[in-house]
Amino acid sequence: MTLIGDLILQGAQMLLVLLLAPLLTGFVRKVKARLLRRRGPPVIQPYRDLLRLLRKDVVLAENASWLFRVIPYLIFAATWVGAALIPTFATGLIFSWTADLIAIVALLGSVRFFLALAGMDVGTSFGGIGASREVMIASVAEPAMIMVVFTLALVAGSTQLSELAGFMSSPAVGLRVSLGLALIALIMVAIAENARIPVDNPATHLELTMVHEAMVLEYSGRHLAMIEIAASLKLLLYVSLIAGVFVPWGLAVSGGGPAAYAIGAAAYLVKLAAGGFLLALFETAIAKMRVFRVPEFMGAALMLGLLGALLLFVSRSL
Amino acid sequence: MNSVSMLLLCVAALLGLSVLAVAPVRTRAVHTLIYGGALAVSLIALGAAVAHIAIDGAADSTAVLPLGLPWLGAHFRIDALAAFFLAVVNLAGAAACLYGLGYGRHEEAPHRVLPFFPAFLGGMNLVILADDAFSFLLCWEFMSLASWALVMAQHRNPENARAGYVYLVMACFGTLMLLLAFGLLSGPAGDYGFAAIRVAEHGALPAALVLGFALIGAGSKAGLVPLHVWLPLAHPAAPSHVSALMSGAMTKVAIYGFIRIVFDLLGDPPWWSSMAVLIVGGVTAALGVLQALMQRDLKRMLAYSTIENVGVIFCGLGLALAFQASNMGWAAALALTAALFHVFNHALFKSLLFYGAGAVLTATHERDLERLGGLIHRMPATALFFLVGCAAISALPPLNGFASEWLLFQAILQSPELPQWGLKIIVPGIGAMLALSAALAAACFVKAFGIAFLGRPRSAAATNAQEVDRFSTAAMAILAALCVLTGIMPGLAIDWISPATLSLLGDRMPAQTIDPWLSIVPIAQGRSSYNGLLVFLFIAFSASIAVFAIHRFASNRIRRGPAWDCGFVEPSPATQYSADSFSQPIRRVFGTLVFRAREQVEMPPPGDSGPARHLVEQRDLIWDGLYGNIAGAIGFAADRLNYLQFLTIRRYLSLVFLALVILLLVLAI
Repeated sequence: MTLIGDLILQGAQMLLVLLLAPLLTGFVRKVKARLLRRRGPPVIQPYRDLLRLLRKDVVLAENASWLFRVIPYLIFAATWVGAALIPTFATGLIFSWTADLIAIVALLGSVRFFLALAGMDVGTSFGGIGASREVMIASVAEPAMIMVVFTLALVAGSTQLSELAGFMSSPAVGLRVSLGLALIALIMVAIAENARIPVDNPATHLELTMVHEAMVLEYSGRHLAMIEIAASLKLLLYVSLIAGVFVPWGLAVSGGGPAAYAIGAAAYLVKLAAGGFLLALFETAIAKMRVFRVPEFMGAALMLGLLGALLLFVSRSL
Repeated sequence: MNSVSMLLLCVAALLGLSVLAVAPVRTRAVHTLIYGGALAVSLIALGAAVAHIAIDGAADSTAVLPLGLPWLGAHFRIDALAAFFLAVVNLAGAAACLYGLGYGRHEEAPHRVLPFFPAFLGGMNLVILADDAFSFLLCWEFMSLASWALVMAQHRNPENARAGYVYLVMACFGTLMLLLAFGLLSGPAGDYGFAAIRVAEHGALPAALVLGFALIGAGSKAGLVPLHVWLPLAHPAAPSHVSALMSGAMTKVAIYGFIRIVFDLLGDPPWWSSMAVLIVGGVTAALGVLQALMQRDLKRMLAYSTIENVGVIFCGLGLALAFQASNMGWAAALALTAALFHVFNHALFKSLLFYGAGAVLTATHERDLERLGGLIHRMPATALFFLVGCAAISALPPLNGFASEWLLFQAILQSPELPQWGLKIIVPGIGAMLALSAALAAACFVKAFGIAFLGRPRSAAATNAQEVDRFSTAAMAILAALCVLTGIMPGLAIDWISPATLSLLGDRMPAQTIDPWLSIVPIAQGRSSYNGLLVFLFIAFSASIAVFAIHRFASNRIRRGPAWDCGFVEPSPATQYSADSFSQPIRRVFGTLVFRAREQVEMPPPGDSGPARHLVEQRDLIWDGLYGNIAGAIGFAADRLNYLQFLTIRRYLSLVFLALVILLLVLAI
């Protein structure tokens, strides 16, 4: 009986992230528009876009291979699995031990690997430019992320996200320099990974500066819908990760009962809204940087992460 | 019959095949006989090695042959470590034989490959079996020479001749270092048997020296920076199945030599020696993958990537040494298991990737990435298997490369408990280097697959490529399947490695196969766990749901049209991104420092319709800085000494007399 309950909870988490992801994207867009004194599209616009894309035919380039058609589903599935394993409203879900934080980071690495391949499949110059820049950014962002993971794991003594979130909400944490460094590095990585300003501009098209949009330029119809929802899921994943690790209050523990879950879900919604608002605020306040400034930005994140880990190697209490 | 005599018989059979291949008959039948026979023998050897591992607590089996030094004889022995490496080598060997059955038919000069191929396989087996220093070095040299002959298979190409020369020089240097290491180990008594060396006491300074010599000697064969220079020349020069064996198996034999000397024979080296191993490993990993990214020759790129993986493995070994010196047996077992698991994984996917490169070479006669493209349409099977190899070597879950990388990261996370400050400071840096090289490896293999197999064909050869024969695809399919299987069931592999760590360190990782759902739990469930099987199932499940739901309820129609590319489609395939342009951003980020890369753009003046020129200049600082200077110094000394050849008889006589006096003085003192 408990097994069925656990499975239902895990299923609820999978559905929750899937349903909320476009909402978060729409919310960020809306806030950005209001900050620029525009009205902006309604927050549910991403759902409408997805439905419209799903119903349309796919226009496939003549020399697109089978890989080009498989990749959208693959990256959607991998991102979805990653997002479903992050603690959102509760920790200790039945499959939470399947993949720890390192595995989730690597899972997102596979998403990027295949997306870059998709960019190169048709053999256009835009696809190549996007793929080449994406792997350049990732080659610095991924080590930075691993360093953040090291810092968190050394503080909590575990790379399991549920354990991590549990430890972070306990009074044993205290205020630590290393965690502050890790938080800044994590936010910088999250910005780069989600192709947000100042690294990339999610709203741009047909510019030589774009990275993510250049890779998916040849996609249309349901394939594009899959990629769009995977991008939304990735944003949700990073916001949930930051919220779950650094703002773990309100998280329900496993077997906490319906009331705890309801509180956890409400707290999660509040955290998402706050995260989305801050992201929109940050994006409107800053200009996009040149693409060759990005490695310096990511290098700073790497150094912060490394410093955080180093501090913990020197003393476990820093 | 015990397993060591079984394996010695296998080696004898391989050497017999070698002799047979010298026979002057040149028919298809000889070719099939050699590769088929070697395949059967390798499979038997693999079975014997696996049986030795699988029988829990199998006793070491030994044999003494009346060969070699008269008072010593040739000792052979299989313990858990040897059995593991024998399994790796013979698995790679069997796959190479299967691949060779098809690939070897296109060989221009089969009589330059066929006799040496089984000898090379036999040599690698013998090194692992050897149980005294004399036979070890003899077999080591035999293996080197057999592989050298294979590198020189197409000796008319001046590049290959140069590769063979550099390889020979480096191999001699490496063996010299190993000779010194064994000399120190056996001490003044000169007992070369491993059993005697193992029980002997070694002081702190000799132990550190032995470790240094072993690191240089075995490291030069494995490809550690800065002794790696021969590897990217020699490995690609050989026929592709031999390249696969050299990268997949021979570097592992070198790693075996290092483990045997340092972990088994030496006992307890001081803790600070582990720092040297860690630093060399980390630098090797990062530099190897950066070099790989800059290559446009597919096989040379794979060779540089081997250097990276060897660096990763040595990082694991260095961690194990550090933990062992501080008596943290469980952590040492974790690090050593990670290193050995990566040894196994690398043998699988690097062989697979070299077979893929060989298939591309057969189909197009091209190794240059800039002249490939679009092969996924012409060679669908090769493309699929090569993609699996690329994903595995890029450490993507749920494949096997990730599982070993994950274990290594878990080992690094145990290192704050080390008491030494030097290690505390460098280990996070090593972790960052490993993460950096994993990310760069992914970039490198996006480039390899994306440029060679995706996009539009960049040459006529790529346009007209044909899928390769069934033997080649079968070899690739088996290795790709093994990559996936080990990736989703890593616990099985870890349990098979445990006897080796138990015999070397006296400690092992907890048994993994008893965990529910086959997850791997290095220390405790609360600290970390990973389940490749479930990750694989979840991804497959979610992807199928998405495909089913969308095709059922939304749309499943497809229209084909010209590529969009913002409306600027230019029909020439030259407008695509090339291998060099793909790596340009990374070259700008890292290359200015590491390769002194300089870019120069020459634009024609306005009104001139001539082409613009983009020049890139980059240097190999190790080759220029280190080897260039050494070669210069040797040349300089030779020039000076040349003077001695033109002396008068009186001066020669006085030189001889002087030498005699000095020798007498030395003896007197």
